[in-house]
Amino acid sequence: MFPRIAFAATLSLALGAGAVAAQDLADQVGARQGQFKLFALNLGTLAMMGTGRAEYDARAAQAAADNLVALSGLDQRALWPAGSDSGAIDGTRALPAIWDNPEDFAAKLVALNAAAVEMARVAGDGADAIGGQLRGLSGTCSACHQAYRAPQ
Amino acid sequence: MRQRAPLVLAAVLAMLAGGLFWLSRPQPLPATAFAALAPGDPERGEAVFHATGCAGCHAAPGASGAARLVLSGGRAFATDFGTFRAPNISSDVAHGIGGWSLPELGNALLRGVAPDGRHYYPAFPYVAYARMALQDVADLHAFLSDLPADATPNEGHDLRFPFTFRRGIGLWKARYMDRGWAVAGDLPEPAARGRYLAEALAHCGECHTPRDRFGGLNHARWMAGAPNHSGDGRIPGITPAQLGWDAQDIVIYLSTGLTPDFDAAGGSMADVVDNLAGLAEAELEAIAAYLLILPDPRQD
Repeated sequence: MFPRIAFAATLSLALGAGAVAAQDLADQVGARQGQFKLFALNLGTLAMMGTGRAEYDARAAQAAADNLVALSGLDQRALWPAGSDSGAIDGTRALPAIWDNPEDFAAKLVALNAAAVEMARVAGDGADAIGGQLRGLSGTCSACHQAYRAPQ
Repeated sequence: MRQRAPLVLAAVLAMLAGGLFWLSRPQPLPATAFAALAPGDPERGEAVFHATGCAGCHAAPGASGAARLVLSGGRAFATDFGTFRAPNISSDVAHGIGGWSLPELGNALLRGVAPDGRHYYPAFPYVAYARMALQDVADLHAFLSDLPADATPNEGHDLRFPFTFRRGIGLWKARYMDRGWAVAGDLPEPAARGRYLAEALAHCGECHTPRDRFGGLNHARWMAGAPNHSGDGRIPGITPAQLGWDAQDIVIYLSTGLTPDFDAAGGSMADVVDNLAGLAEAELEAIAAYLLILPDPRQD
């Protein structure tokens, strides 16, 4: 099983640690946004099948779900340097509240990882099984967006 | 004649004040309005509860899962008029609304009038709920009575003068409360059902329609998008001309929070999806049918 408590702890330690020059932040911001694009792409594969918009393909579904498990388990410490919030720099919607509540932010990522593990468990069982887990998975995305992502 | 002028002026001012006082009076429903209703059905009331989105404002801040059924209030809404705080509407008799009769709930929802006869502030979306069917109120009353009691005391609002003056809300209601449909006329099903769900229950227009400087909804730009009145950023327009989604896109979004490019809803919309995901798919299809007939606001 994934060492969730350790994961959360390392993330909360990483948040806010170390001042980084502003021009260096573009790499971290770009990397974390790329990570979310990978979430969306893999979630999209599952959502298309789970809502009947695409034909069910067991191998593609399993691969997408396994990717989500891997992505949501990535160590985040390099991606969230202090000063890279939406109040400090342009080009990010990451609210300062992330750095004020590192434990909760980490807990929400852990919840995403748990939902991805659950999706990976059923992804081979057909489109209905995926559909049944879709809201549980997308809800963990929304929970974090609600608290920690600025509106457009 | 000259000496009588001040008297005439005083009389005119008194009549004007009397007129404004009369115009601003709370206007509850007649007691007979509730007489012919069937007893409230909590099962049907649960669907009304999800569609009206009570939990979105009245659950404790940050509540998720089963905790969203504990309607202890406390969520703060910072607006141009001051900070509103959602009250406790749990079934607690002392701090919530456990002691409320059906007419008291009906008057709160449809007329914005409290049991003590005072006006509620329109942060509570009674402008939308004014269009509710009374049987839905009866069913909702039955469902709310079955929810847990919570003894969290109400914190009250923190408003700027002159908005502290509640009687003035009566004038606001006289100006802005329109119990007709925003999208008027006979609609085919399922768009007509969708109109009821979106305009009367889910109160989509409260955020997605822009307001004038006094907080009244601009019906000429219905659902055309608006500044976020309780935070940063913009609430997007959701007319078909602006959104470009088909019915299935809308149903998937309202049931999963996922947009057609698989972004997940955030902000207040995450709460709305939490609420609407509890509805039958046919209800979401009705909302989609309604949204797809909204007029193009750019053709003004």
